[in-house]
Amino acid sequence: MSEATSQKIPVTVLTGYLGAGKTTLLNRILSENHGKKYAVIVNEFGEIGIDNDLIIGADEEVFEMNNGCICCTVRGDLVRILDGLMKRKGKFDAIIVETTGLADPAPVAQTFFVDEDVQKNARLDAVVTVADAKWLSDRLKDAPEAKNQIAFADVIVLNKTDLVTKPELAEVEARIRGINPYAKLHRTERCSVALADVLDRGAFDLDRILDIEPDFLKADDHDHDHDHDHHGHDHHHHDHGHGLKHYHDEDMQSLSLKSDKPLDPNVFMPWLQNLVQVEGGKILRSKGILAFHDDDDRYVFQGVHMMLEGNHQRKWKDGEPRESRLVFIGRELPQDLIRQGFESCIVS
Amino acid sequence: MKEFTPAPDSASIVSVTDRVKPVALGMGVTAVHFLGDRAAFVGGEENVAFVDGQGEISTVAVHSGGILSTASDGKRLVMGGDDGKVVSLDAKGAVTLLATDPKRRWIDAVALHPDGAYAWSAGKTAFVKSGKQEEKSIDVPSTVGGLAFAPKGLRLAIAHYNGATLWFPNMAASAEFLPWAGSHLGVTFSPDNKFLVTTMHESALHGWRLADNRHMRMTGYPGRVRSMSWSAGGKALATSGADTVILWPFASKDGPMGKEPAMLAPLQARVSVVACHPKNDIFAAGYSDGTVLMVRLEDGAEILVRRNGTPPMAALAWNAKGTLLAFADENGDGGLLEL
Repeated sequence: MSEATSQKIPVTVLTGYLGAGKTTLLNRILSENHGKKYAVIVNEFGEIGIDNDLIIGADEEVFEMNNGCICCTVRGDLVRILDGLMKRKGKFDAIIVETTGLADPAPVAQTFFVDEDVQKNARLDAVVTVADAKWLSDRLKDAPEAKNQIAFADVIVLNKTDLVTKPELAEVEARIRGINPYAKLHRTERCSVALADVLDRGAFDLDRILDIEPDFLKADDHDHDHDHDHHGHDHHHHDHGHGLKHYHDEDMQSLSLKSDKPLDPNVFMPWLQNLVQVEGGKILRSKGILAFHDDDDRYVFQGVHMMLEGNHQRKWKDGEPRESRLVFIGRELPQDLIRQGFESCIVS
Repeated sequence: MKEFTPAPDSASIVSVTDRVKPVALGMGVTAVHFLGDRAAFVGGEENVAFVDGQGEISTVAVHSGGILSTASDGKRLVMGGDDGKVVSLDAKGAVTLLATDPKRRWIDAVALHPDGAYAWSAGKTAFVKSGKQEEKSIDVPSTVGGLAFAPKGLRLAIAHYNGATLWFPNMAASAEFLPWAGSHLGVTFSPDNKFLVTTMHESALHGWRLADNRHMRMTGYPGRVRSMSWSAGGKALATSGADTVILWPFASKDGPMGKEPAMLAPLQARVSVVACHPKNDIFAAGYSDGTVLMVRLEDGAEILVRRNGTPPMAALAWNAKGTLLAFADENGDGGLLEL
């Protein structure tokens, strides 16, 4: 997806459980004075006042690809709509896809991996999940969709923070972090978030995978969400950072792996391929920066369920520690198995 | 076959590129159909450009937005747009509004019957309007991918997820469902009315023999098939999607079952559009690198119509007599060839 990325139309996927504030965020994006034109794809039931020229009703129709992946579903309606929209190239700068509150983001993302025509014209920019600070903790208990949306997110807009107390906010943030420590988290009231924090994130752009660190380790001050781009700094990994409450979600977790010894690509690649083939149903997202034996280039990859893409990214810089880092976010991950497999890829 | 005379055993390909009348349409083009002796190039949005034998261009506004689907019988062109409208355009350039979707949904597919009936779809619903009869509609389980009328009788094939539905709009009997897993997009009947073929989201065609609904899997394409064309008399179905034109044999009662397709006109580029000559065993093929070839079915002999080096070919059509070939690439650089 990173080839000729700049000419491709960026697509932002907006998810979030019912009532969290997706439409509020959407309207905020559309009404702000940014001089950009958006094509907006909404689900048919959410026909509530959205003021935009190019607005298309979608049916969230998924179908299973016949290519042997059991979990490879794609959004056929999105393929069709993007194809139609491409006839009007030049009339809009970006596309926003709003999903229903019950939608699984995976088929949307997979559409961008699988479909040749979609890949040619558009790129998935980021999955943005709007979460309700007051009700998310409850939804995480009773709604698997809500958990999926948090686990899948690149950006989480934690909304309605004015309706909860400080301890409640800390509690819900800790629950989010228990599932997905890597997403950028923004606390908002009425979704007032800077557009730069939700749009043009390049979250699926291999060239823009800079580091893989839990988000809360990046901010100096938790009350502000500065976006620090850490170009090649050495970070010390704290497992339990900054006095945050730490939760382990029972069925959705993230697993982080790290090695400062180089990996053998001839062992690693087949292992990773096989891992996502066998366990891809459980792995929602994966991402990695890899240092291979006898290779001066950083290798980066990312994946959604069984789909992977990867490439050499750039030369390792002088003085930059040649560390490999991998992250998996998923449901009931076979952690020991993944760890052992990873360790067997390390060149001793 | 006077107009098709490749050199007997030439090492270099015969070229007629110098006989092509270039046409600069100045708009993105998605399809071309002949209306009478004028080529009607369909723009990505809003307009259709007529081009006559002299290369004169006259533009007609047909939609207020993207043009999503087209069908033609040579006398008129029916189009569906993202403005929720179904319009027709005749050879004189007159535009008629045929239908408006009340919710202004996209008109994803249209079809035209030889007797003048027309069909369109919006979302999961397909509509048919025949003569003075009331408009009729049918809902299918998922969004309609494509529509095609059978060559005989008023029967409509509707492609959708997991199969196709065959519907007689004038009969009380319920529609027939032909199942096959996956997303079906384009659809066409063989001219002899014996087979139904769909293009799929996956790089494959699927077919059914209508007498017994036996399946025909037509796979092996490296890319999605976006263009299909029946050869004169319906003996073969020419298809895009590979770096050769793939022609499936349909002359026998078993169609392509158990047979290999012919693979003609290989290039280092993907075939993006095909159009068979209406009378002779010749087809034209447009490629992703802008090449256009004319090819003889019998032996694969090729004539170069347009050189490579441009965006992909998007539109290709013969006139009804087979004396004119029109083509254009995605950016609207096209041409007319008189044979």
